[in-house]
Amino acid sequence: MTVDWGLLAEKLPDVLAASGVTVAVWAASAVLGVALGAAVAVARRFGPRPVDLALKLFVEVLRGSPFLVQLFLLYFGGPFIGLSLDPIPAGLLALTLYGSAYYSEIVRAGFAAVPAGHVEAAACLGFTRAQTVLRIQVPEMAVLVLPALVNMTVLLLKETAVLSVITVPELTLEISAIGSETYRFVEALTLLALFYWGLVEACGGLGRLAEARLSRFRFAGP
Amino acid sequence: MTAPGESAAGGTALSVRGLVKRFGAHEVLSGIDLDVPAGRVTCLIGPSGSGKSTLLRCMAFLEEAGAGTILVGGEPLGFAETPQGRRRLPPARIRAVRASIGMVFQQFNLWPHMTALGNVTEALRVVRRMGRAEAEAKGLAQLRKVGLEDRAGHYPAQLSGGQQQRVAIARSLALEPRIMLFDEPTSSLDPELTGEVLDVMRGLAADGMTMVVVSHEIGFAASVGEQVAFLDGGRILLHGSPRDVFGKPRHPRLERFLDTYLDRGAAMLA
Repeated sequence: MTVDWGLLAEKLPDVLAASGVTVAVWAASAVLGVALGAAVAVARRFGPRPVDLALKLFVEVLRGSPFLVQLFLLYFGGPFIGLSLDPIPAGLLALTLYGSAYYSEIVRAGFAAVPAGHVEAAACLGFTRAQTVLRIQVPEMAVLVLPALVNMTVLLLKETAVLSVITVPELTLEISAIGSETYRFVEALTLLALFYWGLVEACGGLGRLAEARLSRFRFAGP
Repeated sequence: MTAPGESAAGGTALSVRGLVKRFGAHEVLSGIDLDVPAGRVTCLIGPSGSGKSTLLRCMAFLEEAGAGTILVGGEPLGFAETPQGRRRLPPARIRAVRASIGMVFQQFNLWPHMTALGNVTEALRVVRRMGRAEAEAKGLAQLRKVGLEDRAGHYPAQLSGGQQQRVAIARSLALEPRIMLFDEPTSSLDPELTGEVLDVMRGLAADGMTMVVVSHEIGFAASVGEQVAFLDGGRILLHGSPRDVFGKPRHPRLERFLDTYLDRGAAMLA
């Protein structure tokens, strides 16, 4: 078999446009997912017991089924309850909900990792609970949860490939189409894998930069 | 000595009446009455499990007592007695009363992501809404007071235990509390570092700060304390000036308690 890279170079503009969709959906769902996940974690920690239990169920359901199934349920099942979404909004919503379940567990572990005494010190100094969360608990846990957040964000990137099944014009859909069109599946799929790998490495690099910056205080010698 | 109900020359800074605290079925405090005279040092001593730390934590409102009252400068802390019964006060009211109380912990509890100066200025900025320059000037002045102005830019991980505890004291003092509570402030320090923290506390006492100190430093209690309360089994068993409490003849329970200290010293020398 010969590898025709020239053919793929011709398709590069389409591929770049599709990778733009992938990155946009990924970044948006990661940001929204972290925000929603943090809100879920805060509500579970500080809210009344019924709220905690309801949100625990939300998390368990989202973690308990494959993303593909959730996506189908939302996209094809949604219209039965009056929720008809275009592919991109549907994909973004499904990915955000899915990510938020995992992110909320990471933030929950982060809250548990901050010593109770650090919170008591803030309370004694007159901090409100919101001030304590924002000024003490979140910054202190950030360095602890960052590796887990990066890890989940990388997984989320790879789940964006699943959005191709509801015709979101992202990388996997676009490159598979090129493969079908040209019968150059090996080249197409290799290129696809390289694109994802590059994005994963970029995400990991950003994570390491943030970690180095956030953890200055932990490794500083006397 | 100040008996409950009677006032010292400077008045009563904090008074505890009928305080009861339970953890599940276990009663940790069984009706505590105590007056903390203003401008004096009150030391709470006693064996572990006697309730002395719990009593102090109730004064800081870190534990909520099941019954009884705590008045800080005449204001109820946390709960108010009303004709309808004992009611929890709204959070803002609780914070207002707590503002006059500073707390120092055994484990320092400095925030690791902030420098020494950051730890001292944080509450000024967040709670008092002070500008950065003003807060930092004030924070540096507090650090100077505990002899750590040159460590302002260090993170807690870069400081010794004694230095961390002095920063923690400066952090509390920055808000100008009227009462300082110390919960075994030297128990996690080795003897060499204990001295520098006790020196800072002696300085505070000399400045006329009202202090309540839970400590295993019997020497500190005897020399700096103007009032000593010996707790056992959730009650105040002995209460008075160090001379009254430690002078002979001693209460047999206190004698046994003090013997454990002598035993430890003797074992060390053997």
